[in-house]
Amino acid sequence: MASVELTQVSKSYGEVEVLRNINLSIDQGELIVFVGPSGCGKSTLLRMIAGLEKITGGELQIDGVRMNETPPAQRGIAMVFQTYALYPHMTVRENMAFGMKIAKKPASEIDAAIENAARILQLDQYLDRLPKALSGGQRQRVAIGRSIVRDPKVFLFDEPLSNLDAALRVATRIEIAQLKESMPESTMIYVTHDQVEAMTLASRIVVLHGGDIEQVGSPLELYERPRNIFTARFIGSPAMNILAGEAVETGAQTVVNTTEGGRLTVPIASTDADKGQKISLGIRPEDFVITEGSDFAYEGQVKIVEALGETTVLYFDAQGGDESVVAKIPGIQSFTKGQTVRLTAAPDKLHLFDANGISFLYR
Amino acid sequence: MHPALQGIITIIVGVGGCIGYFYFSNQFLDKVLFPAKGPNIGRNINRANMIRPWLFLAPAIIALGLYLAYPVVETLRLSLTERLPGGGSQWVGLANYSQMFGEPKFWEAMRNNMLWLIIVPAFSTAFGLLAAQLTDRIKWGNLAKSLIFMPMAISFVGAAVIWKLVYDTRPVDQDQIGVLNALYLFFGGTDPQTWLTIPLWNSFFLMIVLVWIQTGFAMVILSAALRGVPEDTIEAAIIDGATPLQIFFKIKVPQIMGTIVVVWTTITLVVLKVFDIVFAMTNGQWETQVLANYMYDKLFRANDWGLGSASAMIIMLLVTPILVWNVYNARKEMR
Repeated sequence: MASVELTQVSKSYGEVEVLRNINLSIDQGELIVFVGPSGCGKSTLLRMIAGLEKITGGELQIDGVRMNETPPAQRGIAMVFQTYALYPHMTVRENMAFGMKIAKKPASEIDAAIENAARILQLDQYLDRLPKALSGGQRQRVAIGRSIVRDPKVFLFDEPLSNLDAALRVATRIEIAQLKESMPESTMIYVTHDQVEAMTLASRIVVLHGGDIEQVGSPLELYERPRNIFTARFIGSPAMNILAGEAVETGAQTVVNTTEGGRLTVPIASTDADKGQKISLGIRPEDFVITEGSDFAYEGQVKIVEALGETTVLYFDAQGGDESVVAKIPGIQSFTKGQTVRLTAAPDKLHLFDANGISFLYR
Repeated sequence: MHPALQGIITIIVGVGGCIGYFYFSNQFLDKVLFPAKGPNIGRNINRANMIRPWLFLAPAIIALGLYLAYPVVETLRLSLTERLPGGGSQWVGLANYSQMFGEPKFWEAMRNNMLWLIIVPAFSTAFGLLAAQLTDRIKWGNLAKSLIFMPMAISFVGAAVIWKLVYDTRPVDQDQIGVLNALYLFFGGTDPQTWLTIPLWNSFFLMIVLVWIQTGFAMVILSAALRGVPEDTIEAAIIDGATPLQIFFKIKVPQIMGTIVVVWTTITLVVLKVFDIVFAMTNGQWETQVLANYMYDKLFRANDWGLGSASAMIIMLLVTPILVWNVYNARKEMR
């Protein structure tokens, strides 16, 4: 079990740079999730840690040892692939034993390791089956079992749930969480594009976007204190609303005039330079509350009402951009289409971003 | 008439005849035999639809029956008869077979065929697999593949002529134009050898020709199969610590085993029918006889249709089980 250290790591294919100066240190026992939209480089980063992609710049250390040139098998890692990548011509037992057989481990040791993995993942009765005789969830368990048998320092998961159907995905996600709990010493790196997976599994989330790390933090830290508009909108569903406004008073608190004529006092510090500047006001749909007062954040006509029972989701016309303004009001509500609604949020639920999209909290 | 004009007319008549057949037979069915109108419209449509598939199948069934099924039956009949001098034939039972089994030349052909059967498919498939793997990841792989595949485009007789030159022998005092003899002398051989007359060795020299031709076929099919091996399983094996050789033999080859079997059996079928190469290079002399050439000798040189047909039946008997297995495997692969 080990720590992983990435220093100024970058990756380019010829002229195209897909990852730039990634700095990240992962402690032993963490479950780190790389999350981001497709093409952000998260899988590439994982594959570089695995040794399947060459590191074109910077240094990778596992347990304090430089690993850039070490072949994958000697890095002490195990990887679970999106497509399971089971050897189709081998039984479950042979699949799990393959790595140890190659390493010429004694048979007794191999058997013990397989039995242990099979017990953890409840695969005992499937050991002599071929992968094609297993369901998708079972196959993924075998793939996880194969990595447990390797007894790695670091577990790598490359979107392990995305080939499973929705119900199985939830069940397997919980299994992975339990697996982590049963092996608290093991370090795991998990790649996904699904922010729910990231929020539920991670001890820390790394948000990647366009080859850069946007933010690193615990799930709730990312939810409550996003560093920039990208993270703010990526974490949470529906995404955070970004409303236009102008900072009219600055200091320990910031007073913001909103587009529709509302006036809000936000308990976030600002500088004199912000005065009169265009800023973005971020409010999560679930933080919106209905108001009659003049301290509102948004006013608009309801375009669509989605009554889900536990919540009512309201869609409004987009403000400038192309994303609708969305509000999630708890319980059953009696809104009608075309009705004008005034929305605001508790002061501590407000987020402020400057013209570059950086949160006021992180400047 | 000019041959080109003849060809064009043939094409027009042939294609037009096909189109005409399908068009008019369907018109006849729908308009005259079971018209889709009148009091029995529903019944007529159903009947027309029951007959229609047979309209489309009929030409193929007739052609295959005439040129495939009938010859088999007729050959079987001929193999049980004997030609009489002055015309006609008489029933002789299994006499042709027992005569054939008594001939050393037949057993020589059988022995050689078995040798061909083991060696040619094995080497063609092995070389094909090797070429497929080696050409897969290099820049000029496609060029190499084209070159290896090219012999497939040459007729067997053409290939035989090329290789006859390779094995050619000239008198001692002349320059050797055969590559093999030239090499042999260069590396210290004393006298030029007449390669195709050295028993047993000459059979192998003939087999090389077929291996040379079939390797390209094996390579193309196996190369496609190798590309179908999921990249993930290879990466998983890399992480498991497998060496390139282990990845090839323990991960890739087992996954394409079905295709290897199909390639192997397909080449086996070609080998069982091998005729042209032996015919053009040695004509079965110097102990290189094979079954197909034996059959040709009996049927067209000795004019002994009984014995010739009997040997044809033997070839068919040998081919059939492999053919069945081949089709079975090919279908399994497609699923």
